[in-house]
Amino acid sequence: MNKTMMRVVGVILVIATFLLISECAKKDKPILGSSAAATAVYVAPGDYDEFYAFTSGGFSGQIGVYGLPSGRLFREIPVFSVNPENGYGFTEETKGMLQTTFGQIPWDDAHHPELSQTDGVTDGRWIFINANNTTRVARIDLKTFETAEIIEIPNSGGNHGSPFITQNTEYVVASTRFSVPIPQRDVSIDSYKENFEGTLTFIKVDPDDGAMNIEFQIIVPGYDYDLAHAGKGPSHGWAFFTCYNTEQANTLLEVNASKNDKDFIAAVNWKLAEKYLAEGKGKTRPGEHYTNRMSHTTHSATSTLTKTVVTLDPADCPGLIYYMPTPKSPHGVDVDPSGEYIVGGGKLAAVVSVHSFSKMLKAIEDEKFIGEAGGIPVLDYDATIAGEVTNVGLGPLHTEFDGKGYAYTSAFITSEVVKWKLGTWEVVDRIPTYYSLGHLMIPGGDSRKPWGKYLVGLNKMTKDRYLSTGPELAHAAQLIDISGEKMKLLLDFPTIGEPHYAQGLPADLVHPNTTKIYELEHNEHPYRALSEKEARVERNGNEVHVYMTTIRTHFKPDNIEGIKLGDVVYFHVTNLEQDWDIPHGFAMQGARNSELLIMPGATNTLRWEPQKVGVFPFYCTDFCSALHQEMQGYVRVSPKGSKLPISFN
Amino acid sequence: MGALLLVGTYFFPLWSITVEAPQYPEGLGIYIRINTVDGHAKNDLKNLNIVNHYIGMQEIVPESIPELKYMPAIGGLLIVSGLLVAWKGGKKSLYIWLAFFSLLALVGLIDFYIWNYDFGHNLDTEHAAIQIEGMTYQPPLFGTKTMLNFVTTSLPSGGGLLAFASIFMGYLAAFLSWRDKQSK
Repeated sequence: MNKTMMRVVGVILVIATFLLISECAKKDKPILGSSAAATAVYVAPGDYDEFYAFTSGGFSGQIGVYGLPSGRLFREIPVFSVNPENGYGFTEETKGMLQTTFGQIPWDDAHHPELSQTDGVTDGRWIFINANNTTRVARIDLKTFETAEIIEIPNSGGNHGSPFITQNTEYVVASTRFSVPIPQRDVSIDSYKENFEGTLTFIKVDPDDGAMNIEFQIIVPGYDYDLAHAGKGPSHGWAFFTCYNTEQANTLLEVNASKNDKDFIAAVNWKLAEKYLAEGKGKTRPGEHYTNRMSHTTHSATSTLTKTVVTLDPADCPGLIYYMPTPKSPHGVDVDPSGEYIVGGGKLAAVVSVHSFSKMLKAIEDEKFIGEAGGIPVLDYDATIAGEVTNVGLGPLHTEFDGKGYAYTSAFITSEVVKWKLGTWEVVDRIPTYYSLGHLMIPGGDSRKPWGKYLVGLNKMTKDRYLSTGPELAHAAQLIDISGEKMKLLLDFPTIGEPHYAQGLPADLVHPNTTKIYELEHNEHPYRALSEKEARVERNGNEVHVYMTTIRTHFKPDNIEGIKLGDVVYFHVTNLEQDWDIPHGFAMQGARNSELLIMPGATNTLRWEPQKVGVFPFYCTDFCSALHQEMQGYVRVSPKGSKLPISFN
Repeated sequence: MGALLLVGTYFFPLWSITVEAPQYPEGLGIYIRINTVDGHAKNDLKNLNIVNHYIGMQEIVPESIPELKYMPAIGGLLIVSGLLVAWKGGKKSLYIWLAFFSLLALVGLIDFYIWNYDFGHNLDTEHAAIQIEGMTYQPPLFGTKTMLNFVTTSLPSGGGLLAFASIFMGYLAAFLSWRDKQSK
């Protein structure tokens, strides 16, 4: 009896251990053995990462530059937010970059970085990013990693569906999340249905220097336009925009905009739009907007105000735009590398709907319309749909592609990446993320040529992933190996701001082309001093201009007298260095302003209004050499009305 | 033929001095050419002068080195006379040309050494921020030397090698003609 009992207990113990082990194994399944994962992401000291990843800073307004697979942060590029660290938005030269028709704005919410492409392949020239709040699009030059241009989008509210590009970077498109009165005017919010409209904006990009200009805006019914992607390959010439709130609710959208079973993906034939424009169908309408461009010769931004935009009305332009019904409040719209499949992430659905471009063309030809919405033909869902991916998790948002026939969809609510096969629509793998995945990114994953080795999950919540930093936490990104049949989690790394979306590309497309210095002989700043002989101080009324130079390891001049209270002093500091990684800094005690961080060969200007009488020091903030701590000077501030003349050495 | 090789000295640098340091993983370098001194990369000479000013070394200003003004003319003289010797073919004139060339090469190397010595020892002790007792900074004529954080390598470059080849061919010609004479 006793023996039997013992046997029974023994068997139960064995089974329990077995279950426990298999449970553990199940839990650890998606993670590569930790030493294998460490090897996979290890970049030896002095070696380079294989890919650049550019993450949007979300509510930081900036762009983060990371290396993959290491997850190391290299730099934060100031775009829409001021950055006292290098004077962006504070210096006289860069203030203009943040100019809008509302005045100068120090912050924005930047969501979607988008790399330029040639023939549908990422080319490493520029990266674009949107400002959601005060509607703008920026272009960053990947030679200098500096913001080169910011253009304002008129007749728009909440520039979320932006900046998605066509396959040769002909256009950057931008759709308005909030429909608004166009032009803006004083009307009752309740009059939404009659007075509010949306816009789809096409910004032309100069193929040589990248300069942006608004080519046209399409006026569309007053829904909420969400995201976009341009066609490629066979669908080149078209662009696709999701929208929700086809209910046209203007209050408590959480409920009131979630009633319809299906909302739309708008398919826009932009080649046809060009034809209509050439035929004179465009109307010039009010559309004040600023274009701010940075010059690498004057090192200064120029802001230009444009008063109008050209608009196209779908009613005048048959065939310009069609609506494809898509369940349910679709968020992302992603076009596969072949250009045939248009994937709609039904945010509130448990299904991903895949439209076929060729079926869409056929349906248009056969006039398979089920009606009209705001004068725009609505296609029959069954006539355009190629397939539905079921069991894709709850809250599918975005899809990217690996170029090997698979698609990867983020499921926000179930917090996972779901891998499925194009054509068969069957789910083949899934992996959890931590936590609540928004966008995901594969280098080149929205282009014709994905580099399908890694996937980065960009999460909205962090909770317990890292050592705690109190209520506010860094957002988490997860690096997943997608080179094999099964996805494997490799690395978890914190990011700046909210890493809303990211883009990636092979390092070779950018790293060898970067600028090391600005050449002094090309410096055409109006207040430059190209040698110490040109260093001087000039008074013009109560304005004082200091033409200052820096070189290891001194300022010229470094003693200035004759400044009075009430003066406005401009320090125009030219860095005479012509060596890589030798910026100099300039900080003035009591300046109600930022510092300057001047790159070799550049001139930057700090505006200073002295507040007190006395002798105040300035110094170099960037550790430039062994004598850095000696790089300093003084300014003497005399009382208002003092007769002391300007002097310096 | 040997004299023609000398034409190359107008196009290729005679000598190359390279420095490497933790702060200069890619190296900084200068070329000594027949008529000037310039950097391996565009701003190398400027950056080397900036680095050198910390130890009080004189600035390298090509315009202030008189030898760089005479050398092209001397080189020209050697080429023309060398070609004349080859054309006329006099043995005696070959020996004279060779002796002249060898002497000039020797004087040139000694002069280069003196310049190096001057740059390395004649330091501005009043303004130098970094002064280390007993430390001098003379770059080597041939080879590699470590000075503070810098590893300096000095070697003949394209033009210098051509000059050596030229002088060697001169001696070879002299030797061959001498052997010819012996066998006759």
